[in-house]
Amino acid sequence: MVKEYETIRDIVGPLIFVEGISDSSYGELVEIEYGTGQVALGTVLETTKDYALVQSFEGTQGLSPKKGKIRFIGKTMKVGVTRKLLGRVLDGLGRPKDGAPLPIADDERDIQGNAINPYSRDYPTDFIQTGISSIDGLNPLVRGQKLPIFSGSGLPHQRLAAQIARQATVKGQEESFAVVFGAMGITFEEANFFISQFEETGALEHTVLFINLANDPPIERLATPRIALTVAEHLAFNEGMHVLVILTDMTYYCEALREVSAARKEVPGRRGYPGYMYTDLATIYERAGRIKGLEGSITQVPILTMPEDDKTHPIPDLTGYITEGQIILSRELHRKGIYPPTDILPSLSRLKEKGIGEGKTRKDHSPLSNQLFAAYARGIEARELMVVLGEAALTEADKAFVRFADEFEQKFISQGDYESRTIEETLDLGWELLHIIPRTEIKRIPPEIFEEFYHKKRRAAVKA
Amino acid sequence: MSISVKKERVVSGKIIRISGPLVVADGMDKARMYDLVKVGSEGLVGEIIEMRSGRAFIQVYEATEGLRPKDEVLSTGAPLSVELGPGLLSSIYDGVERPLEILENLWGHYIVRGAEAPAISRDKKWHFEPAVKPGEVVSAGDIIGTVQETVNFQHRILVPHGIKAAKVVEIYEGNFTVEEVVCVVDVNGQKVELKMLSKWPVRIPRPYKRKLPPKEPLITGQRVVDTFFPITKGGTACVPGPFGSGKTVLQHQLAKWANGEVVVFVGCGERGNEMTDVLLEFPELQDPYTERPLLERTVLIANTSNMPVAAREASIYTGITIAEYFRDMGYDVTLQADSTSRWAEALREISGRLEEMPGEEGYPAYLASRLASFYERAGRVICEGSTDREGSVTAIGSVSPPGGDLSEPVVQATLRVVKVFWALEDRLAYERHFPAINWLNSYSLYDRAVAEYLNREVDEEYGSLVKEAMAILQKEDELKEIVRLVGMEALSGEERILLETARSIREDFLQQNAFNDRDSFTSLRKQYLMLKAIMDFYHRALEAYSQGRELEKILNASVRLKIARAKFIPEDEIDEIASIPKQTQEEIFA
Ligand SMILES: Nc1ncnc2c1ncn2[C@@H]1O[C@H](COP(=O)(O)OP(=O)(O)OP(=O)(O)O)[C@@H](O)[C@H]1O
Ligand SMILES: [Mg+2]
Repeated sequence: MVKEYETIRDIVGPLIFVEGISDSSYGELVEIEYGTGQVALGTVLETTKDYALVQSFEGTQGLSPKKGKIRFIGKTMKVGVTRKLLGRVLDGLGRPKDGAPLPIADDERDIQGNAINPYSRDYPTDFIQTGISSIDGLNPLVRGQKLPIFSGSGLPHQRLAAQIARQATVKGQEESFAVVFGAMGITFEEANFFISQFEETGALEHTVLFINLANDPPIERLATPRIALTVAEHLAFNEGMHVLVILTDMTYYCEALREVSAARKEVPGRRGYPGYMYTDLATIYERAGRIKGLEGSITQVPILTMPEDDKTHPIPDLTGYITEGQIILSRELHRKGIYPPTDILPSLSRLKEKGIGEGKTRKDHSPLSNQLFAAYARGIEARELMVVLGEAALTEADKAFVRFADEFEQKFISQGDYESRTIEETLDLGWELLHIIPRTEIKRIPPEIFEEFYHKKRRAAVKA
Repeated sequence: MSISVKKERVVSGKIIRISGPLVVADGMDKARMYDLVKVGSEGLVGEIIEMRSGRAFIQVYEATEGLRPKDEVLSTGAPLSVELGPGLLSSIYDGVERPLEILENLWGHYIVRGAEAPAISRDKKWHFEPAVKPGEVVSAGDIIGTVQETVNFQHRILVPHGIKAAKVVEIYEGNFTVEEVVCVVDVNGQKVELKMLSKWPVRIPRPYKRKLPPKEPLITGQRVVDTFFPITKGGTACVPGPFGSGKTVLQHQLAKWANGEVVVFVGCGERGNEMTDVLLEFPELQDPYTERPLLERTVLIANTSNMPVAAREASIYTGITIAEYFRDMGYDVTLQADSTSRWAEALREISGRLEEMPGEEGYPAYLASRLASFYERAGRVICEGSTDREGSVTAIGSVSPPGGDLSEPVVQATLRVVKVFWALEDRLAYERHFPAINWLNSYSLYDRAVAEYLNREVDEEYGSLVKEAMAILQKEDELKEIVRLVGMEALSGEERILLETARSIREDFLQQNAFNDRDSFTSLRKQYLMLKAIMDFYHRALEAYSQGRELEKILNASVRLKIARAKFIPEDEIDEIASIPKQTQEEIFA
């Protein structure tokens, strides 16, 4: 099945135009031989009866049309999956980086994966306690959700992701879990931070890492998340594990996508990113979830840095259109010294409604969080007014809301790297803070819930 | 979906190029535009979308990985069509009407390529009840019989389009599969057998006798919609907004609570879990009008973002054709598409692969005309047939503009055709003001027709109450600007009262929590009483203030908490809301 061609006509960026081949298959894996002993992997992007357009995952530097050879492998790119990958460090294409040989695989899977039949999905409903109030209280994560972190350069998204990985638990359940970590274009230090975090907590043996660093071939990044997710799917749906997939940094992934698109001279979409980026990203993010009748789950926490902190940039924008919410980090809170600097208002967890409440967290969870959001929003608005016009310009109620916003940031949002609050602690803290604003302004909470929690929780919180 | 290959018209060619969802095949000069084709050894389904010098350009509804040049392409000689008949309700299909439940039974949890199954079960028997007798003369659109498809839904079997003055020869009562003959008619001496199953090409609108102007509102139970920006049965609306602003939740709310008889919900390039949500929730929820599970009146089309993009392009046509089919029986149908932007992007992707001249933002030049002709398929109509049966399709599309920018081509092209604009705003969503519909720039061109209806059916002062409330919201916007510049002290007492009233309209009326059992749906009567209580407080407060009563005291009246909590009062206790004005009177003038 393998066919070799020496008929390279053009090389443009990561793309190689091979003449004379009339029957390469779309999406087929190729090996690119440089003639120097170096062999790279690639894939067929377009095929006709006269030529094939090949994309090299490992760049084209040093490739010569005369000396280079292209081998068409006759199958799509696959990855060997097995539980024995846990504890291993691999490169962006799934080759060992830790010196040991690859374990014998249970199965070989196409890295593109197949779409889960929407009828076969099971709705994510298990609340994951991360111990972080701004997440658990207001934007809770549930098992099988895809919840990205939108960050900016220099903001502590890695600390937050590591804290989530460290602290995440599901109430009353001791099931097997795993972390699949896909790094795309991050620095050695950043990668090292995660590895040492996992080592420190003994999580490394439950973790498989796919690492493409900043100085690794950029196009390889297009394969890395797909390889990582193929392995995650095996662990989740064949081995019954609850898998947390961390993908960082999706911004570099998108840049690689743009590079290929530009080399193909496609009509560019917004800011030069290709028009199909939405669909392309969806084929990554939609690989999170649960499947009816199966044990495991895939929870995705992709991380991306927003260029110029702009969330309307196509990368965060298209991501937000696909994922089930987003945790946005705020430079302003970071400057105020608040960790984690969660920008509460634009952050969102879309799956929270079915993951919280009686029997899951507590019945006051949903209305309380609505009220906290509303009060914080009003506090921020009043605070802005106060900055311009001075405190005297505010009504008494608005002054109270400003105080609320300040305390909310200092006590509720802010917490330590190693501080893990139970959901009850988080909610009680919220009730305590509500006492700062006038009672008549507490409109989001149905009367029964209000009566049950408003006073009691105050006492509890004061005692503690 | 109909994919049988008609022998007489088989045209076969060979692939010469594959680029993503686009496949080009040679030797296809006898094939026809928009014919359905089968590609490669797995028989992947595709559709011819362009012909150039004997070459067919085919959009393939499945992943094309593994296809090679020289693989065979077969034309089926028929356009992409949907199957129609009893069994549609409660089903979930992909964008080309493949039944997802059956696909799961046959192939497991993942969508595999080349999977095929009939959209309508061939085995299931339905009880057919004739509506005409032998000897009667029928024409296209006439009801020949009915099937009780669900407890509450009567599926009407119509004479197919194209048949005129046919004499019923035989008609059978009894249990039949959709492919069995239930009626034989005589058309000019020729016997024609009629079955319950029919087919219709999705890109061609189903015919009707004539269109009618909008008349009644579609009652949705959503306060900001029904009271401020109403939609009519047979109307068109769009829901644009940035990610996370609440388009899907609003669409789900309409699918749940609107008083249509059938809902066709198209998940077009959106999340898998959102379809699961509907699938798990709708069997549990009751239709407030028939008290039957909501799923029994719903057809779902799910072509999620990670499913093939060409099938996504087809999905909204599949959806609207099914909607028209139910309309033709004389029902009020809503067709909801979430999101039309993903459809437009699919169009753009295919257009790019065809190397067409790109228009604005890379969209093809025909984007606007395609959108317009899609929404044109909505409307209230007199259906085909000898009696003047009325039916309607209400079309509601989400739009997902990049960066929330409403000046982009899909929003703009949509606004040119739809009559209702529910502008969702991220600023409101951040404050958790839901539905995050901006009350200042949204509009409904049906508002007058609906105001008349509300005055007639609910209360004669409803319309004027709405006008006054809207004026207060507009005035609030101006006053807030002043407050921003010079602070609250600059305002008069009357203006303070107005601001507080505006806040009350926003928080106590417009905000509606979709996830609270009591708040999720509000009857028109309750909507009226809630608004009435707020506006009444406004007038009483002004009056009291003009009599020299203390402003802070008026504004802190405890009845205001009652007004705020009116939304949580159950429908069968709304007299309590009706009594709020009396309490206001007593408290303020005490
Ligand atoms: N009426 C409502 N009541 C309560 N919460 C709401 C309401 N509408 C929206 N929300 C909240 O807003 C979130 C986002 O809404 P939704 O998923 O409908 O956004 P969207 O506009 O469809 O976003 P996208 O374009 O990314 O699909 C919901 O998960 C929910 O938390
Ligand atoms: Mg949505």
